[in-house]
Amino acid sequence: MLIATQTSRRKFLLSSLIALPAMGIALNGLSAAAAAELAAPSLDSYTPIFFTAAEWTFILAACDRLIPADGRGPGALETNVPIFIDQQLAGDLGSEVYLEGPFDVNAPATLGYQLPFTPQQIYRQGIAALEGWCQAKYGQHFALLSLSDREQVLKQMQNGQVDFAAHGEPVLKAKLLFSELLNITRQGWLADPIYGGNKGMKAWIAIGFPGARASYLEWVAQHNVPYPLGPVSLTGQRG
Amino acid sequence: MPNITNDEVDVVVVGLGWAGSLMSIELAQAGLKVRALERGEDRSNADFTYPKPADQYAYGVRNKIMVTPKDGALTVRHNMQSTALPTRQWGAFVPGTGVGGSGLHWTGVLIRPTPTDIKLKTYADQAYKPGVLGEGMQIQDYPFTWEEIEPYLDKFDKICGLSGNTGNLQGRIVEGGDPFEGPRSSPFPLPALEDTLNNTMFAEAARKLGYHPFPNPSANVSRAWKNPYGNQIAPCNYCGYCSKYPCLNYSKASPQTAVMDALKRMDNFDYRTNANVLRVELHADGKTAKGVTYADGQGNEVFQPAKIVVLAGFQFVNVRLMLLSGIGQPYSPLTGKGTIGRNYAFLSVGGSTLFFKDKTFNPFATAGATGQMFNDISPGNFDGPALGVIGGAKIHSSQATGTPIGTALPAGTPEWGQGWKEGMQDWYGHSMKVSISTGCMSYREHYLDLDPTYKDPWGQPLLRITFDWKPNELKLQQHLRGIVGDITKELNPDSVSESYLDMDSHWDITKYVSTHNVGGAIMGDSPETSALNRYLQSWDVHNVFVPGGNAFPQNFQANPTALIGALTLFAAQAIKDQYLKNPGPLVQA
Repeated sequence: MLIATQTSRRKFLLSSLIALPAMGIALNGLSAAAAAELAAPSLDSYTPIFFTAAEWTFILAACDRLIPADGRGPGALETNVPIFIDQQLAGDLGSEVYLEGPFDVNAPATLGYQLPFTPQQIYRQGIAALEGWCQAKYGQHFALLSLSDREQVLKQMQNGQVDFAAHGEPVLKAKLLFSELLNITRQGWLADPIYGGNKGMKAWIAIGFPGARASYLEWVAQHNVPYPLGPVSLTGQRG
Repeated sequence: MPNITNDEVDVVVVGLGWAGSLMSIELAQAGLKVRALERGEDRSNADFTYPKPADQYAYGVRNKIMVTPKDGALTVRHNMQSTALPTRQWGAFVPGTGVGGSGLHWTGVLIRPTPTDIKLKTYADQAYKPGVLGEGMQIQDYPFTWEEIEPYLDKFDKICGLSGNTGNLQGRIVEGGDPFEGPRSSPFPLPALEDTLNNTMFAEAARKLGYHPFPNPSANVSRAWKNPYGNQIAPCNYCGYCSKYPCLNYSKASPQTAVMDALKRMDNFDYRTNANVLRVELHADGKTAKGVTYADGQGNEVFQPAKIVVLAGFQFVNVRLMLLSGIGQPYSPLTGKGTIGRNYAFLSVGGSTLFFKDKTFNPFATAGATGQMFNDISPGNFDGPALGVIGGAKIHSSQATGTPIGTALPAGTPEWGQGWKEGMQDWYGHSMKVSISTGCMSYREHYLDLDPTYKDPWGQPLLRITFDWKPNELKLQQHLRGIVGDITKELNPDSVSESYLDMDSHWDITKYVSTHNVGGAIMGDSPETSALNRYLQSWDVHNVFVPGGNAFPQNFQANPTALIGALTLFAAQAIKDQYLKNPGPLVQA
């Protein structure tokens, strides 16, 4: 599940980076982390694979509010979280779900997910319904609303106050789209950078998680002492 | 109809997790030709080399080594009157698949039930006045004594390199261990894992309140260990990727590390992967099996003839195969007749998360089993009869992992936005848990059968679970909440978040509990009330043996793997010593 991009040069760069730790060499004197930072695509030059241009605009604008750049620590855009989301939806996310009918879409919440949709359908149909709702309410795309209006819309989605039924989705609820989006945004922020988000391991550095170091024999009995080393990633980058 | 027939073997073993690998090696060592059929992929040590498992997204979020709901879904309902719906995504439990089964990704807490747990019905009849326990409770004794099963618990401890403190050595209580454990014939093979900060804090508070904490007995080994099969397990390096992950350091006892290396070297053993067993084939008289039919990965149906059939899949898989194959009578909750599907039980968990601004827990520096627990609240050791509840709980502070996706934050922290982002930075690594893990009684209307509607990709009906919380289990939760509350007060955190079941809770399949599903093909003394005899032999089809959590008549507060291992070894010994000489029912009904 290495990151897939649409330019072969980037693919080449990434795959040579991934081979770096195994070969034990540095690239032109750059540290692996610095090289990875260079190779990780910037958001503006990334062409989404799953999302359409309009959907992508929504994803960027929503991620920017779910984990904003404001305050301490890196935001979702700075860490390429939208790329993570696009890569997951373009990949096999959802292929594991049992989707045989019949579907009882009114089942109690304790019985779990009971809709006939793949994650891809949830985003595709859900974003369309949400944009319809925003047009009806604000006469505007979600991404063009003010920051506070965007936050307001997300809050209303979270609280079940955005009615998708009037916008062509009688079954899919705004609340579900919101929770899917929030989960995947948090995951992209905190997953290994190999999946496209958490660029430069900035989220791990911010919270103090050492990533894939995975060896703490000499640390386990040192109680209440902050761990001093920065993270490493699956590809051997150091943060 | 099968279009391929394999060569006959002495024993076909369905599923290559703990039960399947133990049964395979024990019977292969007796000289039998053994073939294991595993529905999932092969998985060997090359798949687990550093850093591959150190990937929360792949293993912890996307369930890389679990069966997919698409292939392994069940249906669930809360009562007999409602329509069951499929587990389209995993939630409350997540079964494994592939070589190693759930033994590959387990956390490695290897704790035994107590002698009272295995004679719970006898205890209940003595300790509780008639009518105190809820109607429809259907608990039963295990059909063996502590003295009979202990040598097999001991053997499995040694297979796993159990690490921890001995509490009761041949009847003598030993300081530092669990004083409530049953007498063990030999001490723990290895010393306990290192304690983390949460362990020491919890243990001190619990001790002060009069409880008897001890380190979680662990199959993540504390020292290098060579087990009775000649396999070597490496000392744990506290990598922080354990529960839901394969071990990257060869330190967690699993079918791979503890059994398979030796087993694969035996010429009279082989195994097939992507071999999904569809049914056991019976002879015309229905008294014996002639083998199993499986779907291979290429669209063939393959018949595997065998003299002995061992169903060693996950609990659900075993019960379902018995139902699909017509082995024994399906259980009916209306009449109480039939035994296949009877006495399904789960477990409940809960607990408190304690936040401390000024404490650094380094939660990533941990073994899966790292923790301390106490067993004071187990049957016979607390005032259950006065409270009108039966069963018990482990109360523990464990630090299984520090992987960041899903980090708990203090109540009131925003779920997104700047507040969430800064909350993650302020609180990651500054919390510990005090948790409960409870037993669960069996009830007349909690059972397993075949779903009338939903099918798997091979066209076979899904297994249907009918289960919900009962007042006994919910009352127990309320009692435990009080105990954890006392410990929490003692620890004096900056804030606490609580998560317990209320008295009106229904089973929520979206929230992870634990994959300790038990029962459905239980062992017992009578074919009227059990599917299997004490040797896990089907009462109805004598050359079918069914090791696994399916054999538990109800769930105790301990983790199930120790007893699953012991039951399997006990049954393997009976096959070797008795069944081979004289194939037939080993216990007369």
